[in-house]
Amino acid sequence: MTTSQASVSFTTASVGKKVLMAITGICLIGFLIVHLIGNLQLFIGQEQLNKYAETLQSLGGLKWGFRLFMLVLAVIHVWKGVVLWLENRRARPIGYHREDTVQASLSSRTMIYTGLLIFAFVVYHLLHFTLIVTNPEYAQLKDSVGRVDVYSMVITGFSNYAIAIAYLIAMFLLAYHLSHASESFFQTMGWANDKYLPKLKILSNLFAIVIFIGYASMPIAVLLNIVKLPGGGN
Amino acid sequence: MNLTLYVWRQKDAEDKGSLEKYDARDINHHMSFLEMLDVVNEGLIQEGVDPIAFDHDCREGICGMCSLMINGRAHGPEKATTVCQLHMRHFKDGDTIYIEPWRAKAFPVTKDLIVDRSAFDRVMQAGGFVSVNTGGAPDANALPIPKANADVAFDAAACIGCGACVASCKNASAMLFVSAKVSQFALLPQGHAERKQRVEKMIAQMDEEGFGNCTNYYECEAACPKEISVRFIAKMNREYLMATIAK
Repeated sequence: MTTSQASVSFTTASVGKKVLMAITGICLIGFLIVHLIGNLQLFIGQEQLNKYAETLQSLGGLKWGFRLFMLVLAVIHVWKGVVLWLENRRARPIGYHREDTVQASLSSRTMIYTGLLIFAFVVYHLLHFTLIVTNPEYAQLKDSVGRVDVYSMVITGFSNYAIAIAYLIAMFLLAYHLSHASESFFQTMGWANDKYLPKLKILSNLFAIVIFIGYASMPIAVLLNIVKLPGGGN
Repeated sequence: MNLTLYVWRQKDAEDKGSLEKYDARDINHHMSFLEMLDVVNEGLIQEGVDPIAFDHDCREGICGMCSLMINGRAHGPEKATTVCQLHMRHFKDGDTIYIEPWRAKAFPVTKDLIVDRSAFDRVMQAGGFVSVNTGGAPDANALPIPKANADVAFDAAACIGCGACVASCKNASAMLFVSAKVSQFALLPQGHAERKQRVEKMIAQMDEEGFGNCTNYYECEAACPKEISVRFIAKMNREYLMATIAK
């Protein structure tokens, strides 16, 4: 083997792939924050949430542009993640009989599994609430002004224990994934050093907890009857 | 003290290899791990058995030749210690110890516990140097370097190239080694001129050798006998991004 003279292209080089993971990842995190803020309007009430949903739906071309952008981000993130995982497995064809772990966190070692499970959840979530394929009866829900009744849809959805628990598990996996992901972003982009890295690790865990509490609050509030269907029924 | 060893035995690069059981009898607590293996080998030679082949050189913890995976940890259980500086007092009488070679596609086993680490040499040849015209030695202190920079560069240059980072990384990635080498040059004025080509070429060579990718486990940092920090991996990522953007 001789030393290579030609430099490899950015998107196939090891560090380049990491940077792609980091940038697509941080954009997806940005979406998680926006999506959470939007969804938490559930607690303000039916009028607010349905108005917000209608505003988003009325964006037309912008909405589809955004959806396409998110799809591309997600596909790159998942695809590069799988490629990296496969390459890393190939880099050690014969493993150890005894293998110990000193400081690699469990979340860092399970990124591919939590990641793929989250991807599967996202597919279900889109079929469930966005495309309304798995529960077509939601499509009939309209509020008093004739808008799509997102508020009632969410409450009806989470009133089903199996669905609510599936969402809670997915949110736990997401938070677990994020606890390594957000800190990793700074390391990969080269914005970490001895002073910041320990703090970034703590912030990364805190952020994951906030995301979990934020998203989990909605199915839990429905299960505990804190938010109810209009008219008091559940 | 008496120990039970499970040692990887492999005749040559083509052999399949297997773990073999050996008894280490009457081992002195003050012996280094390698001296313990020397004693076991003496016994094997007397029995007419091929002794266990393992890499070693200075036995002072500075050459980077010794390279054993002991009970699943590169260089054994002690922090910031090479195998040659690991003493048997850290083990207990009756312990069972697994001894395996570094495992990575880029580090093929040549015999028993010895692996071929030439991949590191080729990474260095790709860019781990400063191009200078030959001539008289320059005056000391002709080139002023801030103390803080010199200290960080020295922290990176403490790398002895043993490969424990690769061995301990779950992905068999060489990022800690390559980043230490990239950083030690990038931090000093002599290395500035070639910093962009250097990081690109060394990373390209690292990829070509078949090392894995870094997923920020930081297991390398824990295994490194010279305690090289993962801050240098962040530094190399930054160097690489700057070089890419500059193009």
